[in-house]
Amino acid sequence: MKNIIQNINKAFDHRIRLGIMSVLMVNENADFSTLKELLGVTDGNLASHAKALESENYITVEKQFIGRKPNTKYIATKEGKKAFQEHIEALEKLISKS
Amino acid sequence: MEASKYLKDIQDIKEMMSKSTQFISLSGLSGILAGIYALVGAAYVNYLINSHYGRYITLESKTFKLILLTAFIVLVLSLGTAYLLTAKKAKKAGEKIWNPTSRRVLINFLIPLITGGIFALLLLKNKHYGLIAPVTLLFYGLACLNASKYTLRDVRYLGITQIILGLIAVEFSGYGLYFWVIGFGLCHILYGSMMYYKYDRNI
Repeated sequence: MKNIIQNINKAFDHRIRLGIMSVLMVNENADFSTLKELLGVTDGNLASHAKALESENYITVEKQFIGRKPNTKYIATKEGKKAFQEHIEALEKLISKS
Repeated sequence: MEASKYLKDIQDIKEMMSKSTQFISLSGLSGILAGIYALVGAAYVNYLINSHYGRYITLESKTFKLILLTAFIVLVLSLGTAYLLTAKKAKKAGEKIWNPTSRRVLINFLIPLITGGIFALLLLKNKHYGLIAPVTLLFYGLACLNASKYTLRDVRYLGITQIILGLIAVEFSGYGLYFWVIGFGLCHILYGSMMYYKYDRNI
């Protein structure tokens, strides 16, 4: 039992971070406004949770300009995808145990 | 208590994954209407051909131009209706009509469709008239199949049906109009109604 709980990743233990990772698992990338719309969160909230995932090296941020508008793109790293996969497997095991 | 939280997490993950890759606001009603436009158009074309009886329809003839015009009007009306009704449905569901998922649907739909359109025009130019109906059905089917990865599942079955019809139509090259009636008319009404009952009614 202990082993399983160890695989539950604290970095994903929040609805917004979970959402960001879910979207980035199945999309090559997603920009700030798309994520905001999908998750239904405020700018500041999204930015701080994205920052948390970035500091774990689970996602990378690409900033560029489209015309004169700044555009922020998020991409899941290999490491992040692996960690998230393990997190999902741990969740599934926990549910089937109980 | 704990387990139910994890179960909720898994549900959230699944929902986000499908919501971010699939455009679900596609209107079923617009499919029904597109089918009706196609039937009306086909009836008019049938009338044109009958009143031309006994003479060969040439590319320069007025009848031929009217047939092309009818096809074009049906196409524009269908696309216009699909856009308006889908925009309305998206608005009700709180989804933007122009987002990454709808863009993906459109691009993946248009690539085979435009390829087929150009192919059909080239066939017309080179006088392979018998193949035009099958080719339009085949490429429309492939366009639906290609776009279906990013939208409602039913579009996939519509696409497969059109492809099968297109292949059968190759063997019956004199009956293009009848296959168009089945493919663009009846199939649209059938699948449109299914989608309407499954998804649109509750919104």
